[in-house]
Amino acid sequence: MLNFQSSSLVSKTKTSGRRMFLVNSFKAVVVLGILGRLASLQINESSKYKGLADKNRFREIQIAPPRGIIEDYFGKPIASNETIYQLHITPEDVPNIDELFFKLKNIISLTEERIFYLKRRLAKQKLWDTLVIADNLNWSEFSRVNLFLHELQGLRPVVSIARYYENNASAHIVGYVSEITPRDLRQKEYLQDLRIQEIAIGKTGIESLYDQEMLGEPGYLRYEVNAYGKKIRQVGTERGNNGKTFRTTLDQEIQTYAADLIKDVSGAVCVMDIYNGDVVSMVSSPPFNPNAFVHGVAKKDWDELINHRDKPLLNKAISGLYPPGSTIKTLTALSALENDISNTKFTVECNGYIDLHGERFHCWKKEGHGFVNMRKGIKHSCDVFFYEVARKLGIDRLSETAKKFGLGSTVLTGIKEEKAGVVPNTKWKLQQLGKNWYLGETLHSGIGQGYFLTTPIQLCLMTAQIANGGYQLKPRLIINDNENNNNNLLDFLNFQKNNPVSSVYNDLQRFNLKPLFRNQENINFVKEAMYAATNEPGGTSYASRIEEKEFMFGGKTGSSQIKTFTQEQREDEVKQSQMAYLDRDHAWFVAFAPIHDPKYAISVLVEHGGTGSGAAAPIAKKIIRKVIERDPFRKSFVNPIGQDV
Amino acid sequence: MLYSRTSIYSPSTIKDRIFSLDFTLLLSVLTLGVISIFAQYSSSGGNFDYFAKSHSIRFGLFFIFFILISFINVRFWNDFSLLIYASLVILLILTKFFGVQSQGSRRWINLFVFNLQPSELMKIGIILFLSNYYHKVSATDVNKIKTLLFPIISMTIPFLLVVTQPDLGTAILILFSGAIITWLAGVRWKIFAYLLGALIVLAPVAISFLKPYQKSRILTFLNPDADPLGAGYQIIQSKIAVGSGGIFGKGYLNGSQGYLNFLPEKHTDFIFTLYSEEFGFLGSAFMVLLYVLIIYRITKIGSETRSIFGKLYCYGFSSAMFVYVAVNMAMVLGLLPIVGAPLPILSYGGSSMLAIMLGLGIAMSCHIYKNNTVS
Repeated sequence: MLNFQSSSLVSKTKTSGRRMFLVNSFKAVVVLGILGRLASLQINESSKYKGLADKNRFREIQIAPPRGIIEDYFGKPIASNETIYQLHITPEDVPNIDELFFKLKNIISLTEERIFYLKRRLAKQKLWDTLVIADNLNWSEFSRVNLFLHELQGLRPVVSIARYYENNASAHIVGYVSEITPRDLRQKEYLQDLRIQEIAIGKTGIESLYDQEMLGEPGYLRYEVNAYGKKIRQVGTERGNNGKTFRTTLDQEIQTYAADLIKDVSGAVCVMDIYNGDVVSMVSSPPFNPNAFVHGVAKKDWDELINHRDKPLLNKAISGLYPPGSTIKTLTALSALENDISNTKFTVECNGYIDLHGERFHCWKKEGHGFVNMRKGIKHSCDVFFYEVARKLGIDRLSETAKKFGLGSTVLTGIKEEKAGVVPNTKWKLQQLGKNWYLGETLHSGIGQGYFLTTPIQLCLMTAQIANGGYQLKPRLIINDNENNNNNLLDFLNFQKNNPVSSVYNDLQRFNLKPLFRNQENINFVKEAMYAATNEPGGTSYASRIEEKEFMFGGKTGSSQIKTFTQEQREDEVKQSQMAYLDRDHAWFVAFAPIHDPKYAISVLVEHGGTGSGAAAPIAKKIIRKVIERDPFRKSFVNPIGQDV
Repeated sequence: MLYSRTSIYSPSTIKDRIFSLDFTLLLSVLTLGVISIFAQYSSSGGNFDYFAKSHSIRFGLFFIFFILISFINVRFWNDFSLLIYASLVILLILTKFFGVQSQGSRRWINLFVFNLQPSELMKIGIILFLSNYYHKVSATDVNKIKTLLFPIISMTIPFLLVVTQPDLGTAILILFSGAIITWLAGVRWKIFAYLLGALIVLAPVAISFLKPYQKSRILTFLNPDADPLGAGYQIIQSKIAVGSGGIFGKGYLNGSQGYLNFLPEKHTDFIFTLYSEEFGFLGSAFMVLLYVLIIYRITKIGSETRSIFGKLYCYGFSSAMFVYVAVNMAMVLGLLPIVGAPLPILSYGGSSMLAIMLGLGIAMSCHIYKNNTVS
């Protein structure tokens, strides 16, 4: 028994010992494996996993820096930032949301619609994310909320900043900002890295063109979050960079003055410095309130803006396309002179109409102008005279001159709303309409009707380039202190004054100027004729003349036909004011001033204004006076940032 | 007298018994226990009241329990092993019918003081029982089919009871604990090879019985990135926590993955991850070596003890403990699928702690009475 037991014991001890040795070897391998895995994770790949751990725990919230200011020429803000009063909630801090809304309704104006919208937003977001209950409270509402704050558990009054526009005058060219949309995110490259909810971005005008620079560099709030996304603590902030300030060439005072003048009509006014191309003023009417867009425009107001007969949102100065009417006669005359088609002595007899190829072309004056030479033709705006000139000149030569003076292409750089218009010629018609050009169309084009389409800013540029003696301008809206200030033309003129014997050709090259004339005498002739049109009895805008020498201007009226007169209307001598509003002609007036030392060019458009002399010229007269009065301030104003950078 | 008391020294007084404790083992377990309390404190975000408090009470009580049962003669464990095994089987059956249900499985039985998980104790029970069985079986009979049938049945009963709770992880560990004793007892390689072969053949059948979540765990293990926020989340976050710990760790209570709740089950199965994030490679390697030391000491007791029961028990228990540690660590390091295996002593959980301390106590008893023979 004992023996058996001991022999079995020895054998079992041996077996178990041997097998345990195998087990232990296996264990050693496993231990090494685990240690190896630890080393690989914690030593070799440690930095990778550290990065992943940080990615887990940090969340960054971008904060919008103050948007760049848009200033006028004198540094006065047109678009700035204002303090706004908001109400925020964090759902997890609000014990009873319905009660809160109920109480708030008695304190601030909170529509059922808005509450419904907010509740839908609440349902979608995380409990610890902020929701903006009210975006733009006025001070009295805000202070009332603060007074009852103890009853409004979970509500946070917040003081923030938002875009503020000083007035409506510059709304069209400056544009407006509004809440970012998914479409903006898709279309605009620079918004891709932006992670700010409900930020307002530029939608039109300068706000849109320089949106990226004006947005600035967003700052950051860095939070540590737990696995469920709840903020645990703030670990860092980065301030970001404020948006860039843009100084424009606009004069805020002229803007408001002009806007006020045309507030009752639908139209546009452009004023340009004829030497450096600065756009001194650009207003469009009727105006809209850009501030309404900052905090989201109500559906009702939006519909009203969109369906308005006069299209308030359209910047008529650059996006409104109208036939130039008689204002083109300055170019028709110039083109004829430049191409030696006719000289200034060329005379036509006007009987009130001309028959050509079996078609009758009427002059605006039924009884006719009698014998008309070129000066008289411009002065009286005789249509028959220009039918004849245009017939001899031909559309292709006219279109060449028109294009040279800036028609048919955009004037400003980068404003996406701007339209190029149309300068027709035979090739254009063939390409666009697939039809041959008819001579009759040349005649219509010669007086600015037919296919011609121009914007007020184009006609302003055209006038400016005539007024400055025929030199090409590069119009600008934004003053960039790092670029030369477009003073080449003035420098050139001063240089010529001081060096009468210097070679003009070389000087033009030196000052990087492009003359638009072959013979400057032709330009001067047109200028003189425009003087006559305003300042001599019988001139089309004689009634709107200013006799004081410093404000004296020369101009050209125009009216662009909407509907061709019927024979009956012509015989009944129907007045424009007797026609239906939408059938009336658009009224144009272009001018430059002062007449003896031109500095500014202006174009005024009044939609369905009837006649240029009646509707547009009186407005231009008042604005010219204002612009000339403002001129000394403008010229003596030195950019504080430094002129000679 | 069926057995003769040998003249070799056997401790009889309390003083003798205390002095014959394996102090290396004792201190290693104590060190691990202290670390575990700190780890639990960290797992509840620096709050003692939550897990750390009950964990430290349990550890304290069970550590005393461990020393007290060390003083019980190893003969007692040999004699009562069948009874212990049988009562555990009854407890498992009771659990089946009266168990406390939680998260879709019925694993606990309400003992009013605390909820006991009998399957955890069965991991020790099967070792005790089979050690006793092979102690009695003659070396020549070990490979007989008749002799083999009994252990297979005794392993299958608890396995089936536990796997249907369902608790696949613990069931496999019970099966493994039994198998290791059978192996150490000297059952032929060939039989294990046959069983392994049968297992492979039956694997597809077994897989069809797996619950969907168990299948997804295996798939997740094979490719954790397939569903990073769903099934793969645990393993990805665990690897991030361990890896971001680096060599020196993020510092105690500074493990971002842990306190920001990116770690799942951080006080139970993933406690090693939490510890590893805070103490880095050096801390983790230290812990691995601490476990190795404990396992080594138990194995050493086995080789020094005279009785076959003691040898098989110590070898078996040390191997089982090794498997618990290795499976848990391999799991949290992404080397094995998530099976739900706690890390001995470190993980929060009373039954697991009780089972380990009981196992350690019996091993220590083998040490104190190493020269005693048993029937």
